[in-house]
Parts: sequence; structure tokens; C-alpha cells
Amino acid sequence: MLHLTLFLVFGAVCLAGAINLLVQRHPINSALSLVAVMAALAGEYLLLGAEFVGAVQVIVYAGAIMVLFVFVIMLLNAGEEERTRGSHIALLIGVPGMLTGSLLIAWVLLHHSGTEAVGIGALPGPPKALAQLLFHDFLLPFEVTSILILIAILGSVVLAAKPEPSQEKEN
Amino acid sequence: MTSEANLHLSWIPLLALTGATVNGFFGKRFSRSLVAAVALAFCGAAFVWALVVVSRFSFLPEPVYSEPFAQWIQISGFHVEFAFFLDHLSLIMLLVVTGVGFLIHIYSVGYMWDDPSFYRFFTYLNLFMFFMLTLVLANNYLQMFIGWEGVGLASYLLIGFWFTKDSAASAGKKAFIVNRIGDFGFLIALFLIIQHFGSLNFTQVFDAAGRLPMETAGAGTMTAVGLLLMVGAAGKSAQIPLYVWLPDAMEGPTPVSALIHAATMVTAGVYMVSRSHVIFERAPMALTVVAIIGTVTALFAATIGITQTDIKKVLAYSTVSQLGYMFIACGVGAFSAGIFHLMTHAFFKGLLFLGAGSVIHAVGGEQDMRKMGGLRSKIPWTFWTVTVGTIAIAGIPPFAGFFSKDEILWKAYQNNWVYWFVGLVTAFITSFYMFRMWFLTFFGEYKGDADRHDSHGNDHGHGHGHGGVHESPMVMLVPLMILAILSIIGGWVGIGGRFEHFLAPVFQTGVEAAHEVEPHSSMEEILMLVSVAVAVCGLALAWLLYVKKPQLPKQIAEGMGSLYRAVFNKYYVDEFYARLLVKPLLLGSTNILWKGVDQGVIDAALDGSATGANEVSDSIRHMQSGNLRSYAGWIAAGAAAVIVYMIWVGTR
Amino acid sequence: MVPLHYYLVLSGILFACGVTGFLIKRNIITIFMSIELMLNGVNLSFVAFAAHWHALSGQVFVFFVMVVAAAEAAVGLAIIIAVYRTRETLNVDKVNLLKL
Repeated sequence: MLHLTLFLVFGAVCLAGAINLLVQRHPINSALSLVAVMAALAGEYLLLGAEFVGAVQVIVYAGAIMVLFVFVIMLLNAGEEERTRGSHIALLIGVPGMLTGSLLIAWVLLHHSGTEAVGIGALPGPPKALAQLLFHDFLLPFEVTSILILIAILGSVVLAAKPEPSQEKEN
Repeated sequence: MTSEANLHLSWIPLLALTGATVNGFFGKRFSRSLVAAVALAFCGAAFVWALVVVSRFSFLPEPVYSEPFAQWIQISGFHVEFAFFLDHLSLIMLLVVTGVGFLIHIYSVGYMWDDPSFYRFFTYLNLFMFFMLTLVLANNYLQMFIGWEGVGLASYLLIGFWFTKDSAASAGKKAFIVNRIGDFGFLIALFLIIQHFGSLNFTQVFDAAGRLPMETAGAGTMTAVGLLLMVGAAGKSAQIPLYVWLPDAMEGPTPVSALIHAATMVTAGVYMVSRSHVIFERAPMALTVVAIIGTVTALFAATIGITQTDIKKVLAYSTVSQLGYMFIACGVGAFSAGIFHLMTHAFFKGLLFLGAGSVIHAVGGEQDMRKMGGLRSKIPWTFWTVTVGTIAIAGIPPFAGFFSKDEILWKAYQNNWVYWFVGLVTAFITSFYMFRMWFLTFFGEYKGDADRHDSHGNDHGHGHGHGGVHESPMVMLVPLMILAILSIIGGWVGIGGRFEHFLAPVFQTGVEAAHEVEPHSSMEEILMLVSVAVAVCGLALAWLLYVKKPQLPKQIAEGMGSLYRAVFNKYYVDEFYARLLVKPLLLGSTNILWKGVDQGVIDAALDGSATGANEVSDSIRHMQSGNLRSYAGWIAAGAAAVIVYMIWVGTR
Repeated sequence: MVPLHYYLVLSGILFACGVTGFLIKRNIITIFMSIELMLNGVNLSFVAFAAHWHALSGQVFVFFVMVVAAAEAAVGLAIIIAVYRTRETLNVDKVNLLKL
């Protein structure tokens, strides 16, 4: 009962944040609602027993990535969104397509699932157990992702760097 | 029927082919003398070898000789091979073709000397010899058909020899196309023969046909075959209704007219009908049709010949008329008489054409007889040889034409007096217009202008430097003289029925022993005198109208008015064909085949597919709009499609 | 006790919201955030299935997803900065020169 209530509370926050992201016109508001979504998701993870993942969610996702987003929004001084007529296709085909897909998945899920329940804290995920898995079975992907991060760093430094003064004069 | 001895018959056509090939590939680089030497050497070698073959042939035990060369079609139940065949009939044709052909080769060296395409002419001429010899020496219908088509091709090439001239190119096309119509009939006859006899080999077909009964009702396979063969012969030998190409074929150089359209190619039809005599004898209705066609053509063409002013056209219509005589002979069953006339005709018609060429050469290219006259003192050699030819064709003894023509008239009389009577009238008209030509060309005052300046007539390569009317060089005169001698003595081989006796082994395999060699009956002698008298009358009338009272022809022409105009315009047959056949065909071709199918379907399909591809890509390219959101939209739609598919597959 | 499909439906809804945001938003940064929303929805799905099937590798996978998301966010924002420098706009409809 408690489990269900907590799930619904966190779920409601997620949904509210998601819909707010869509509705808001200023990107900073959207960013903040996304932070709220992530926090609520961390709660969901805890409910499922993935404690380490939940913590990492807050630290990395909400704490680093979203901060980066907010930082860029403020750097670029993005204002409210203008209303431009962009594309008919997106609204005419994309949205219905997305709706179709989602409804179908929802129907499948609801139709074909039984009453298996997931208990509260069903699968504990202590750091030790995860680390075992990560550094033994998933060592290669782990190393690859570290290289990925390196490349990302290099890339973003290069891309976002201010152009040389001589280049600016040429431009 | 193969004999032990090997006569190497195949060498004869192959020598001609070699000459054509050598001149064809290398002639452009040879000097004129070398081209002429090559052509004459190979043609002469063919002639010499033909003589050798003939001499050896007479020592063979059987009067037929067959020499296989190569296998061709071998399907179960149907074989065709390349093989060469000699019997008395093809022997005569062989000698005529190679002999007269060789003489005309010599003549052409002189006649075509100033022509820039000298080597091309001799290539085609040798090529023609090759095909004609293939036709004559064939031992089956299919090989004969190869030669048949081949001579048609050579005729096209040679008629349109000066192809830069529109009229010559059109004449070549006309000859080929009209011939083709005849060939179609020939082909269907071949199909019927294959279906009925299972083979195209002469010996096999004629053996099988010989066992068939006579078809008297006028219906049946043999009649059909006979009629269709006659269609082919009418095309090749210029009979009604397919004669229209021959007068136009005079656009070609005169040696071509002499060789192809007088002596050899046009006689192929007569040869073919004679060769198939076994079939024709089983189908009396077909024979009657042959005789009627021959009769009508003979008279028809002769009447046109009266009014023509171009010297070559007169001779062309004369050829059509004389070929009609040969078909009359075949039609009444007297095949040997037809072949006899074929031989003598080759001599005197070849002579006449070569002589006409000599006259044209002398007056610098002019072909209109109204602009000639009085040439007898200026070109005496030509004059005397042409005189011999004219007398021969008129049928005045003891020249060659008399014997052969008379033989035909006698046999025709024995069959049906109508044929004889029409033939007699035609003989009168023939004599008249030939002597008309003779008088107009050689007597009276010279009305032309070759003496004053070089006239560039319609004959290519004759505006050469020396002005004035001049005699032809020796290289042109010697063949004329030889042919003149042959025109005189050529008929003597037929005296006493010796010719018929010679060809008896070929034609005696008929149903009835055809006309046996009768001793001279009194009727025959009376008829002979009648025909001679008729010929002399023609001469007299021509003399009256063109020497004594030269103003009479014009008065008569005006008096006859529209009839004269009709005859002068060849009875408007060409115009009739044009309106009836050519114009609808061209219209259909242009509108249906060209605009409808070629442009509308084929071109439109290609253009349409190109345009279609263009338009499709044009409409698709708008997908890459640079707009991120539309890309996203497409991605979402695509993902949805994949999800739908996977769910659908998963829940089946 | 919460049935599994509740979690999955929530995850699906989050994902759908992410796609919708991607389609209808005009600010490039907001579009980016919608992508992050999608990734989050998927993460929830992973963790839910891991709990259902008692397979810890589901949670490990979430790590990798987060790493990739971080790298992608970093590079993507750098690109956005570069684009802003040249085009002076953050409206994605205005950045449409790459067309036929």
C-alpha cells in the first residue's frame, strides 16, 4: 500500500515535470522541470531497490548534466521561444506516429501482462555488487566508455572554443 | 547422281567471289589498271573454267552431275546442303552468264574509266557474277534462293551506283522492293514444297513430283506452287504486274543494264520456271497463267516502247516484252524454246545495250534520241554492230532472233492460236520501234550539241575533255563485235531442232513427251514466212515515219490525243501504284509506325521514364528541407511503423 | 506491491513526452532536454526489468546509458554554442541551410 502510494506520488511528480517541460516557453523553466523529473525518478529507483543507481542519478544527471544545461542556457541568454511555422511534417506525421506507437505499446503492456508484482526494494543494488559486475563482466564496455568520455571532452573543447582573434578578423 | 569425276564446279562462283573480295577490300588503293586487271582476271578465269567444265562434262556418262560442297541445314527429316549441279540446262545458262558477263566486264573497263568509283563498280559486278552463278549452279531451291536474293542485292547496288543522284537511289530502292514482293511469293512456294515433298533438292522434289497425277481442276498444291513460283518469276523477270522497276533501273550505268537487266538477272525467272517444269507440267492452270502473263506483258511493253524517247528506256521496255515471249514459251510447255530465246536474247540485247552505251559515250552523255541523228557516219563501228542487233531482235533471218522467236511462235500456235496472234502483233511492233530507234539515232541530221561544247548529260563521268562526237575506244568495241558475231550465228544452233534435242534430257521427264522434233511441216513454213513479212513491215513503217515523212509521227500523235498521252506516260501504271499502294503505305508508316509507335510508344516510354525519374526525385528532394523538425517527424513515424510491425509479428 | 507494468507505463509516458517535445519545440536546447527525458524514461524501464528478473546487469546498463548521455550532452551543447556563434539564433527552424 505504501509502496503503491509512494510510486504514485513520485510518478505524478515525473509526469507533471514532463508535461511542464513541454508547456513552458522559456527554456530555463523547462530545464528546472526536468530537474524535478530526475529527482522523482531517483525516488523511483530507490523504490525498486537500486540505491546506487538512484544516487548516481541525482549526482550525475541532475547534478552535472542539468547544471551544464542551465549553464549553457544562461551563457547564450536564450530568450522565450519565438513562434515560427517550422514544419508541417512534424505535426502532421510525427505526432500521430508517436501517439500510435505509444498507445500500441501501452495496449500491449496492459493487455499482456499478468499481475506480477515488484516488491518494494525488490532488487538491492549495493555498490559492491554492481562493482563486481562492472569490473568483471562489463570491463570492456567500461573501458570503452572511458575513452568515449575522453573523446567527448576533446570534442566539446574544440567545438566550443572561442575562435582565434585572427580568424575572427578574417570572418 | 554423283559421278566419279570431280569437275570442281565450285571454283566458278568462288573465283568471282574472290575477285569481288579483293577489289572490295583493296580496290581503293589499287590503280585503275590493277582494279580492272583483277576483275577481268577473275571473271575471265571463271569463264575459262566454265569452258573446261563444259568440255569435261560432255565426257561424263550421265547428263547430270552433282558436286556437294558443304552441309547446311540438318534437322531430322529436312536437309539442305550447299552443292553444285550441272545438267544441260544449267550448262547453257553457265556459258551465257560467264561468257556475256566476261564481255561486259571488258566493255565496262572502257565505259567506266573516268568514273571516280571505278573499283566499287567492279566489286559489285564480280559480286553479281558470284550470286548469279550460285543461282544457276544450285542443286536445291534454297541455294537458288540465295543467288536469287543476292542478284537482287547486286542489282540494287548497281542501279543506285551513282547514289548521290536522287533518281538513281530511288530506282535502286524501287527495284529491290518490287523484287521483294516477288520473293515473298517464291518463299511461300518453297514452304509449300517443303511441306509437300519434305525436301528442297531438285532431284528429290522432281522425282516425287513426277509421280503425281496431273491436276486438271485447277486447284491443288502443284497449282499453288506453280502460281507462287510465277509470282517470284514475275518480280525478278519484270512481268506484269511487277515490271515497273525495270524501266527505272536504267538509271544505272549502261553495262549494268546490259548485264543484269538484259542478259542474266532478269532471265533468272525464266530459268527457275524451266527448272521447275515438272511441277508446272502437273498444273496446267498455272501454265496457262504463265502464258497469259507472258502474252499480255509482251504486247503491253511493246506498245509503250513505241513512244519512248530515251534510248535506254526503249531497250528496257523491249526487254520486258522479250521476256514475255520467253514466258509464253514456258506457258505452252515449250521450255527449250524459251531457253533458246533466252540465249539469243542475251546476245542481241546485250549487244544493243552496249551499243547504246557506246552511242551515249559518243555524244557525251545525251540519252534522248530526239537529240541524236546522223551518227552513222561518225561512229561507224557502233553503227554496224547496233544494226546487227536490231535486225536480230526484229527477227529477220538468218540472224539469231529469227530462229528463237519463230520457234516460240510455232509452239504457241500449236497450243492456242491466240498466243500466236498476239505474239505476231508484238513482233510487228517490236520491229517497228527497234527500227524507229535505229533511224532516229543513226540517220538524218545530227540534232545534238556535243560538237559545239562538252555537254554534261545525265551520264556520269562522260564530260571528258574531248568534245565532239567520237568513236568509242577499242576496249569497248571488241565486245560489241563479238556479240554481233554471236547475234548472227547464235541462232544457227537451233536449226533442225538441235537445241531442243540438246535439252531433251532435261525436259523429257515430263508427263507427256512434249513436242517431239517434227520435221518441217508446211504450216510451220507458212508461219515462218508470215513472221518475216511482219518484221519487214515494221521496218518499212519505221522507215516511212522517220525517214521519208518525219512530220507524220507528230501528226499521228496529235491525232490520237489522249491515247497517245496514255501510252507515252506508260499507261500511268507507276502513278496508279503510287496512289494505290505507295501512298497509303507511306501514310501508314508515317502516322502509325513513326509517330504512333516509334515516337508515341518507344520514345515516349524512354522519355517518360526519364521524365518520371526526374519528377519523382524532384518531389522527393523536398524531404531534405534542412528543417530539423520534419526530420524528427519522419523518424517518429518510422519508429512507430517499426513498433507496429514488431507488435504485429510478436502477437501472431 | 506495484505491478510491473505500472513502471513500464510510466516509462512509456515519459518517453512519449520526450518524443513530443522533440517534435513540437523550437528552441534547440529544449529539444536537447527532451532527448534527456527520453533517456530517463528508458533508464526507468531498465531498472524495472532488472528488479523483475533479478538481473543486476540491468542496473549496470543504466550506468552506461548515463555515461553516454553525459558525453552526448557535453558535445551537443558545444555544438549548440558553435551554431549560436555563427547563426545568432537558437530557433531550429532558422538553421535550415542544409537543404536541396
